Amino acid sequence: MKYVTDMKAAAGKTVAVDDTILVKGVPATAGSKMLESFVPLFDAEAVTRLQSAGYTVSGKSNVGEFGLDVMGETSYFGPVTGENGSLRGAAAALVADGDADFALCTDLDGAPRRAAAAENIVFIKPTYGTVSRYGVIPCACSGEQIGVMAKTAAGAAELLSVIAGHDDKDGTSLPEKHYDYTASADVSGLRVGVCADYCGRASQETAEKVRAAAASLGVCEDVSDGRLMLARPAWRILLAGETCNNLSRYDGVKFGFRAEGYKNIDELYTMSRTQAFTLLTKMTILYGSDVLSKGRYDTCYDRSLRVRRVLRNAADELFGKYDVLAMPGCSKTAYTAEELGDSIDAVYAESLFTAFASILGLPAVTVGGIQLVADSMNDELLLSAAAALERR
Amino acid sequence: MVIGLETHVELATKTKIFCSCSTEFGGEPNTHCCPVCTGQPGSLPVMNERVVEYAVTAGLATNCQVNRVSKMDRKHYVYPDLPKAYQISQYDVPICEHGYIELDSGKKVRITRIHMEEDAGKLVHLGEEILIDYNRGGVPLIEIVTEPDIRSGEEAVEYLEKLQGIMRTAGVSDCRMQEGSLRCDVNLSLRRAGTEELGTRTEVKNLNSFTAVLTAINYEAQRQRDILEKGGHVVQETLHFDSDTGTTVNMRGKENADDYRYFPEPDIINIVLRQDALERLKARLPEMPAQKCRRYVGELGVAEADAKLLSKYKAVSDYFERAAAMTESPRTAAAFMVTQMFSRITTEAERESWDPPVTSEMLGELLKLLDGGKVSRNVAKRVFDEMLDTGKPCTAFLSKEDLEGLDEAALTSMCRDAIAQNEKSVSDYKAGKEKAIKAILGSVMRASRGRANAIEAERILKELLNG
Repeated sequence: MKYVTDMKAAAGKTVAVDDTILVKGVPATAGSKMLESFVPLFDAEAVTRLQSAGYTVSGKSNVGEFGLDVMGETSYFGPVTGENGSLRGAAAALVADGDADFALCTDLDGAPRRAAAAENIVFIKPTYGTVSRYGVIPCACSGEQIGVMAKTAAGAAELLSVIAGHDDKDGTSLPEKHYDYTASADVSGLRVGVCADYCGRASQETAEKVRAAAASLGVCEDVSDGRLMLARPAWRILLAGETCNNLSRYDGVKFGFRAEGYKNIDELYTMSRTQAFTLLTKMTILYGSDVLSKGRYDTCYDRSLRVRRVLRNAADELFGKYDVLAMPGCSKTAYTAEELGDSIDAVYAESLFTAFASILGLPAVTVGGIQLVADSMNDELLLSAAAALERR
Repeated sequence: MVIGLETHVELATKTKIFCSCSTEFGGEPNTHCCPVCTGQPGSLPVMNERVVEYAVTAGLATNCQVNRVSKMDRKHYVYPDLPKAYQISQYDVPICEHGYIELDSGKKVRITRIHMEEDAGKLVHLGEEILIDYNRGGVPLIEIVTEPDIRSGEEAVEYLEKLQGIMRTAGVSDCRMQEGSLRCDVNLSLRRAGTEELGTRTEVKNLNSFTAVLTAINYEAQRQRDILEKGGHVVQETLHFDSDTGTTVNMRGKENADDYRYFPEPDIINIVLRQDALERLKARLPEMPAQKCRRYVGELGVAEADAKLLSKYKAVSDYFERAAAMTESPRTAAAFMVTQMFSRITTEAERESWDPPVTSEMLGELLKLLDGGKVSRNVAKRVFDEMLDTGKPCTAFLSKEDLEGLDEAALTSMCRDAIAQNEKSVSDYKAGKEKAIKAILGSVMRASRGRANAIEAERILKELLNG
């Protein structure tokens, strides 16, 4: 689809929009059979903003079912693979191949961060609340966030400045009306903490890349904080609980897929959901249903909310010492659909590197195949650091 | 009998709790809807600040403590009337707690909590088919939960009437049971007299009239008594009240789901009530019916039964206070309204909207004449009836004679006529039956159409008869 614009600055620039983000009148499937026929009635706020700034939505990019997987391997429409058989994130592939100038992606637990690392391009997941979630098909609402995929940090800053800013339609939107990330912050003498615990769990090649990048950015030292290892289990519990709850609305009654041959309403629910969701989604739902249940809420869900506060304290201490934390964004850069399958294990393994920024809503950027994380509202600093890494 | 009530009150905000759709009752099905209140993917709830204000006002009006910080939670249940498959409600930190409503006996029914939530849509059964109307979905509700302090059906109804009056006066809800803006669930158990241990309770859902509340309580208490007397055990269950048969029946379906998987609503940040906002709401809180009733009796000398009726409806009490301000005797103003207006305006709905043909100023003018001795009480009563029939002011029904009263000569002549027409009574009186004069006096009053001053007329009659 093409939108006519008259704005010179953005003229001709194209944006691919993940299929978890709504564009009015265009099917939004979230990569699921469940929503194959779902046509939204309104645009996501981020889409409205980029269109009114003169950018063109050039198409919808394929995602893994509800964005829950590693890199699109669970999409009902099939994964995107490169010539060598490795998985490619659709949005990242479009940008890397020059088929779109930018992409908007929903980051639940790092799928676009991993995809950008695989393509060696830039993705920023901004501070939670800076970009409206209005028009994002919801899963893990307390941490999911629209971010920008671009070839360069400057490009990511350009489009992020367009879509960020307060939105009355999102009750968790931060009050600031506009953000400008295009001015570059002074990053000389940047204090960089290298997350040793995460580096130790990634491939040696990735870990070396992280250390080299950190060293080139400024003063760096290794950080080891046991609390950071709590981010993954806590975020996976919160994510599963919220996802289970958010996906309950897909019952075959109101929107999306409805199975045939049901005899009563319980069968309608069960058959529709059984036939439309992939194994990964079903496992996430079951896991979420368990952690929210009466006997398990206190020890699982509520404890994870408390861990989130513990992590926030840890972040306060770490960001008192360091401007940015450098860490891997994923265990490696090439996956195949066969090795990942549709199980929850691979997702859990990768979450180790992404959960910290997700659970706290911290800004995180993928650049040069590694991940930099800063404290909330330091997106500009983060993009400047990413730009510095590109110049290196 | 041990009863606790859970009452759902629809708030009278113009728009829904999380979107800007209209809350108006009625309307073609699914015309007051949007992506938010139909739970479409990608839509987000935005808290209507008015709802918070109304809920706080409801809490202040029922002597509750207001939590300055509260939060919304998701209550998970799958049913087609709930498009998101969860209801946004409040779980462990409600907006208000620890209040009470005082009954006429002085007994306080304690309020455990008041929390805010969204209403569900409405299922419409059409033969085999079930249709869903989401107009009501997302209409703001408060749920008011009492301690098990109520001991009879009558007390339950009194509590609900008081609650209704308070909510209306506070401007929080119109509390129309027939439109579902006040709905009540009854929790009931029995215990042996003199013991403290509570029996197993049952819950009767969605009672939508005072009669239904009373009938359901009496039926359910009897049902439980029968079971216990036969040595059986009451089963904890959720019941539906069948208003056609007056009985309770087990209710299957969503209400029996026992695990709602509550968790904090991630899409809505904590609700923080600033001190100045709370103070403003306190200052704005109108006088409640119970206080009003006490003031009418204590300060204005109104008869207690009249004061109770007049203070119950906000529009009525406003009307009364305007009329009472124009007269020296608010007690009379109250008596006129209760005897003559309430006998004509009889339904709850009419009393609540209170739109009589006679304005409070017109009643006040009439009462002023009564104060000044220009008309007798009887004339005033007759004229008020005529005013209510026609909507015209009192002057339309008062002749020059009415207003000036009867002079001595005219009254004497009337008395003479009366003596001439009542030979029997005259002879009785002369024979020593003093009471017989009342019959002659009655004749004078009738002839004067109530305009005569009865004391004056009796004096003249005595002079004529004794002279």
